[in-house]
Amino acid sequence: MVRLVIDGQSVEAEEGWTVLEAARHYGVEIPTLCYAEGLSPYSACRLCTVEIISRGRSRLSASCSYPVQEGIEVRTNSQKVRRARKVIIELLLASCPNSRTLQCLASKYGVTRIRFRPEDRGCILCGLCVRMCKEQMQAGAIGFANRGTGREVAVPFHAKSEVCRECGACLYICPVCELPCPGPLQPGQLCNACLDSLQLEAFPCKE
Amino acid sequence: MPKIESPQSLERYREILKSEREKYRATVSVCGGTGCQAHGCEAVYRALEGELSARGMKESIELKLTGCHGFCEIGPLVVIRPQGIFYRQVKPEDVPLIVEKSVLGVEVVDELLYQLPDNGKRMVREEDIPFYGKQTRLLLKDNGSIDPRSIEDYIVQGGYAALAKALFEMDPDGIIDAVDRAGLRGRGGAGFPTARKWRACRAATARDGIKYVLCNADEGDPGAYMDRSLLEGNPHAVLEGMAIGAFAIGACEGYVYVRHEYPLAVINLHRAIEQARGLGLLGKNILGSGFDFDVNVSLGGGAFVCGESTALMASIEGRIGEPRVKHVHTAERGLYNRPTNLNNVETWANVPLIINMGSEQYAMVGTEKSKGTKIFSLVGKIRNTGLVEVPMGITLREIIYDIGGGIPDGGKFKAVQTGGPSGGCIPESLLDTPVDFDSLYEVGSMMGSGGMIVMDETTCMVDIARYFVDFLCGESCGKCVPCREGLKQMLYILEDIAGGRGTMEQLDLLKELAEVVRDTSLCGLGQTAANPVLSTIRYFEDEYVEHIVEGKCRAGVCKPLLTFLIDPEKCTGCLRCRKQCPVGAISGRKKEPHLIDQERCEKCGICLEVCEYGAVVRK
Ligand SMILES: Cc1cc2nc3c(=O)[nH]c(=O)nc-3n(C[C@H](O)[C@H](O)[C@H](O)COP(=O)(O)O)c2cc1C
Ligand code: FES
Repeated sequence: MVRLVIDGQSVEAEEGWTVLEAARHYGVEIPTLCYAEGLSPYSACRLCTVEIISRGRSRLSASCSYPVQEGIEVRTNSQKVRRARKVIIELLLASCPNSRTLQCLASKYGVTRIRFRPEDRGCILCGLCVRMCKEQMQAGAIGFANRGTGREVAVPFHAKSEVCRECGACLYICPVCELPCPGPLQPGQLCNACLDSLQLEAFPCKE
Repeated sequence: MPKIESPQSLERYREILKSEREKYRATVSVCGGTGCQAHGCEAVYRALEGELSARGMKESIELKLTGCHGFCEIGPLVVIRPQGIFYRQVKPEDVPLIVEKSVLGVEVVDELLYQLPDNGKRMVREEDIPFYGKQTRLLLKDNGSIDPRSIEDYIVQGGYAALAKALFEMDPDGIIDAVDRAGLRGRGGAGFPTARKWRACRAATARDGIKYVLCNADEGDPGAYMDRSLLEGNPHAVLEGMAIGAFAIGACEGYVYVRHEYPLAVINLHRAIEQARGLGLLGKNILGSGFDFDVNVSLGGGAFVCGESTALMASIEGRIGEPRVKHVHTAERGLYNRPTNLNNVETWANVPLIINMGSEQYAMVGTEKSKGTKIFSLVGKIRNTGLVEVPMGITLREIIYDIGGGIPDGGKFKAVQTGGPSGGCIPESLLDTPVDFDSLYEVGSMMGSGGMIVMDETTCMVDIARYFVDFLCGESCGKCVPCREGLKQMLYILEDIAGGRGTMEQLDLLKELAEVVRDTSLCGLGQTAANPVLSTIRYFEDEYVEHIVEGKCRAGVCKPLLTFLIDPEKCTGCLRCRKQCPVGAISGRKKEPHLIDQERCEKCGICLEVCEYGAVVRK
């Protein structure tokens, strides 16, 4: 067993767990987007960023791939973490303004404005569909193409792949391709409907 | 030549080679580096070849095309040894005179000597020239005298003696200790202690006994060519370093990852590997020691991000060159999931030097925490562009003014950027900062792999930040959100500010965003990508504010902020600017003052250039 501190609580975790797994085991909530149980960690959305203090040094790190280590202290809600998380949600919203998942995350984590230039791309490149297809469906029909801001999820040669069985797992796991948030939103506008509700976990508009 | 099977036969071979060369009265070296190639050194080489054979001197004069001599600004360079006469900007027509006077005779050709810019004094020898005199050329010294195509040349200069010493007089731990005592730190950017890395890889268990050593020759920084010059000019030094490292770590296989845009480096490297194998200096049972080690060359597509260690390994394996999280160190699971040690080209080239010089001697050069020398490619608004090797701890001022010769054309220094695209800009007030890993980091920049770009008053700092962020935006692999989306939004804000549309809130947002990108990105690219922005805001915030509040770009770079006006007092009405204006924004009749229509003006500045009366002003 590995002993560590999460948000002031001393806890024990199993060797090989990630910080995210340990936190969830003890009911500490850390938001994630590109993580899914059963798929390999990809650590790209950085939403699960936490502050890790190890040997007197503090740094931000993605908890979904950070292995628990003896004696480290994890802070999931420090000021540093909150600031980074808000900026990341804002960045994501600028690239997918109408995603309901992102709108709900904004309400939940107190993001009340988007200061960036919105550019709807309809995809946050979390790679869940790519990993789902490859790792769970053993198909590998989709992958990433291009670099930098031109990166996209694509099928080889832009034609339906022969290995695709149309199982729909990619759609099932996609966090942003559900119906857009129902409100009368312009790109760059925030719904924030549940911002004031005390039961923030309730996600009322998800029902 | 059969394989060399013991250190003794290596020494014997060296003696034979040396005595074979005694027949030469003199050596003429032509620089064949990238810079001199562009200046036409091949033609000079061929002219020399023709001239020497026409005069029947091929047997008594050695002629060779070497690697980069460093002073690329004034190429093609020709050096005649043993006199050490240094000729610059040599043209094929100069060759007969050179041979007549300096090879046959003992005179020098005055016109081809380097002249001091201040007083016009002519310098005969390389070491008399301040550009060279102030350098400490430990790694580059052989670049100007070795033919990189010839392993014999390398051996004559003492090559592979360090490998023989390491294999027969030292044990692996002893070698690592020697590198440790020498204080060698990685030259690829981060300055990580090399011995610590080697020790970790040596300690790692390989499930099938296979470990790798890799050489990072991706060199993605625009304008940098240190690693290229080392590989092109002295490939055996890198191979010898890798073999010593492999022996210390317990690796049996090595890869050099080199970008395909470096064809000459690739050719020279392949040839060097073949030659070393032929002599038994690579391959099975090296020098009869029982140690096996061989090197492969892996060609990269030239992406900047492929220089990152995990992306580089993915790329060698044939996967997309994309970084991954590194919680398990590559020393334990790297290439093909086997223990792997990656070092930069220059780091490897330092290794034979340490073994030959001895750690203590080596550690005399440099500062307490940064030992040895560092090669920089000095470019930008600087008189002496070129490759310079300096002892760690030298100040930026010494590099820029004493070696670099200062700013040309009466310009005034503004900033120096070190560390490549993700380095920082350092202002005049910090020019006395010593050049070492820690000091550069403290001032908000970094050593990087050795790019050094000098900027003068005609450079706008907002524009520079915009330029680097734009470059990094294109080079980001696009995997993680802060780097992909964050850099893009940083670019938008910088474009707004440079375009006169920026607000003070945006400046604060830029700072906040840059810090988040730095703190949360997945790999080193994103983690350092904010440096150009943060360092320019730190030292040149007034320029940002000027753009935003006053709508002014003092360097005259940001076009939307410029206004071109015609002074009616000075304008003679010559029609010149009116005719040249590409958008027809200038009106006015002959002999009457002209007027620029500000709505139509595209700020190209042509009117300013063509006006002979100084009547056009830029504000
Ligand atoms: C985006 C990025 C690009 C890099 N490019 C290079 C490069 O071109 N050459 C290099 O030697 N190291 C580069 N590095 C550093 C390498 O990851 C690695 O630290 C280095 O090769 C280790 O060698 P060293 O310890 O000898 O410096 C890069 C790192 C990052 C994050
Ligand atoms: S959930 Fe950890 S980076 Fe996306």
